[in-house]
Amino acid sequence: MIEVNNIHYSAGSAKLIDGISFNVQPGELLAIIGANGAGKSTLLKLLCREIQASTGSISIRDQPIGAYKLENLAKFRSVLAQSNTLSISFKVHELVMMGRYPHFDNQPKDNDIRIVKAVMDETGISEFANRDYNTLSGGEQQRVQLARVIAQIYDQPQGLLFLDEPTNGLDLLYQQQILVLARSLANRGYCVVSILHDINFASRYADNILILKKGKRIAFGRPREVITQENIYQAFNIQVRLLNDDAFNCPLVIPAMMVSEQV
Amino acid sequence: MNKSGAVKSYSLLLTLLFVVLIAACVLSVCVGAVKISASELWSIITNRIGVSSHSGFTPQQEAVLLNIRLPRVLLGVLVGSTLAIAGASLQGLFRNPLAEPGLIGISSGASLFAVMMIVLEHRFFSFMTSAFGYHALAIAAFIGACTTTFFVYRLAVGNGKADITTLLLAGIAINALAGSFTGLLTYMSTDEQLRNITFWTLGSLGGASWKTVTGILPFVLISLVTLPFFSKSLNALALGESQAGHMGINVGLLKKLAIVMATLGVGASVAVSGMIGFVGLVIPHILRMAFSADHRLVVPGAALLGATVLVLADVIARTIFAPAELPIGILTAIIGSPVFIYIILAERRRRGIGR
Repeated sequence: MIEVNNIHYSAGSAKLIDGISFNVQPGELLAIIGANGAGKSTLLKLLCREIQASTGSISIRDQPIGAYKLENLAKFRSVLAQSNTLSISFKVHELVMMGRYPHFDNQPKDNDIRIVKAVMDETGISEFANRDYNTLSGGEQQRVQLARVIAQIYDQPQGLLFLDEPTNGLDLLYQQQILVLARSLANRGYCVVSILHDINFASRYADNILILKKGKRIAFGRPREVITQENIYQAFNIQVRLLNDDAFNCPLVIPAMMVSEQV
Repeated sequence: MNKSGAVKSYSLLLTLLFVVLIAACVLSVCVGAVKISASELWSIITNRIGVSSHSGFTPQQEAVLLNIRLPRVLLGVLVGSTLAIAGASLQGLFRNPLAEPGLIGISSGASLFAVMMIVLEHRFFSFMTSAFGYHALAIAAFIGACTTTFFVYRLAVGNGKADITTLLLAGIAINALAGSFTGLLTYMSTDEQLRNITFWTLGSLGGASWKTVTGILPFVLISLVTLPFFSKSLNALALGESQAGHMGINVGLLKKLAIVMATLGVGASVAVSGMIGFVGLVIPHILRMAFSADHRLVVPGAALLGATVLVLADVIARTIFAPAELPIGILTAIIGSPVFIYIILAERRRRGIGR
């Protein structure tokens, strides 16, 4: 579905992405983790074709992404950016309908209206469908934005969903809800790529984890294989303890001690 | 809640605004030094199109209607709708509620060139007058509008992308520069030229004739016909530039086209009517506050409401101190500023700031 082959990207003399390869299959959730400045957002921008890699190739559905027209890409690939501010306030249902914009010319078709309603029910935002977006709380706003990007690819089997820290600034319940939703989309056949901060959430819900550091790939694989003390130390520069819990299929990560504290 | 219902209510609302505009136009052609009653108006119209030979009007009424009132009302419609539709589109494009056509240099460029024409005509620009005659001033203003906007746009383009913040700042800088040159020319002008300059900068529909109407019609029509097609993209742009890109919108092309389309119409409007402020700024806000922020309503709605407001303002401008005429720009500012302040306060209350 997504094939990334040895891509590089530099801004000035800084190598932001340095030889990264990985792939994602339909029905998979890939989590990208790494410290601040590791190149996670840059990588996502490359995947979205917001910026272009200097060398290497990215293909989606066996075609280089450069070969797609912007509007065709938007029909099956949607992106939830990290910060979403609205310059003009829209009603919640109007905003979710914007997700359907790539699919109709001027007036929404019956199918679009049906999808918006279904997505709002699924994401639990129907109760404030008629509220002004700017009057919602941060958690509610994030769910509305998520509903919008899901609506964009709702009727696309094997659609692509890119999420940039979708749980940012949300409380534990909302974080969980959003990841459960992402997981269920992957189970339906979508290809979900998400940048995450919480390693435990990543290993709990993702099929594969990509660990980045300074634009380089530290590890890529199943959570059980890549979540090790050594990888975490390399990527985040912290010592961790791994705890086994029967309910999880991979160890839980708990910070042990800062490197500086050891000195 | 039914979303196709929302779309239906948009067309209902636009139809309503259209009816109000027609009513304003009828009022405007009837009111003035020579009064024309509704039945006389009807009788003139039916006579002209040949369905009735009954003439319940004086030849003077007919002449006033056809040669003075009608072109003036039409000019009001064209200028008002263009200023407002450009304001609505640019506010969406800049993602900034304070944007208006003047911000990207359209008005300051037009006035600089117009003032240049008035003050330096005899020395340098007599070729313009001999080539275009009466329209030389309007053509100079139009060229000025396009030139400054082009400069502002060029300044903001880097790597083939126009950065909106730079565009706003470049607009402020170029506006200041054009303003200073205009000031310099004003300083050099004679008393009579100064009167002309003042009159031009205050804005007026007094120059209306069939010639001016047909002269700006092609430019204005381009704006009025094309800008509504950007409505959906402008909605998406409210989410952010990269977000709009993720939804398949070519943001770079959108910016370029919207600016060109707005400049053509506004440049032509400013060229014949001078600077008429606040229409482009306030009208879109009124629609947003009263109904919806959806550009599919606000952009075409602004054209209709802008035309209505300017036609009605012109009725007041030419009757309140009759036979003298108040420059319409003064009137739109007097009405527009308090309305704008009210909008700011209402918006503040709605968002719950400063309670």
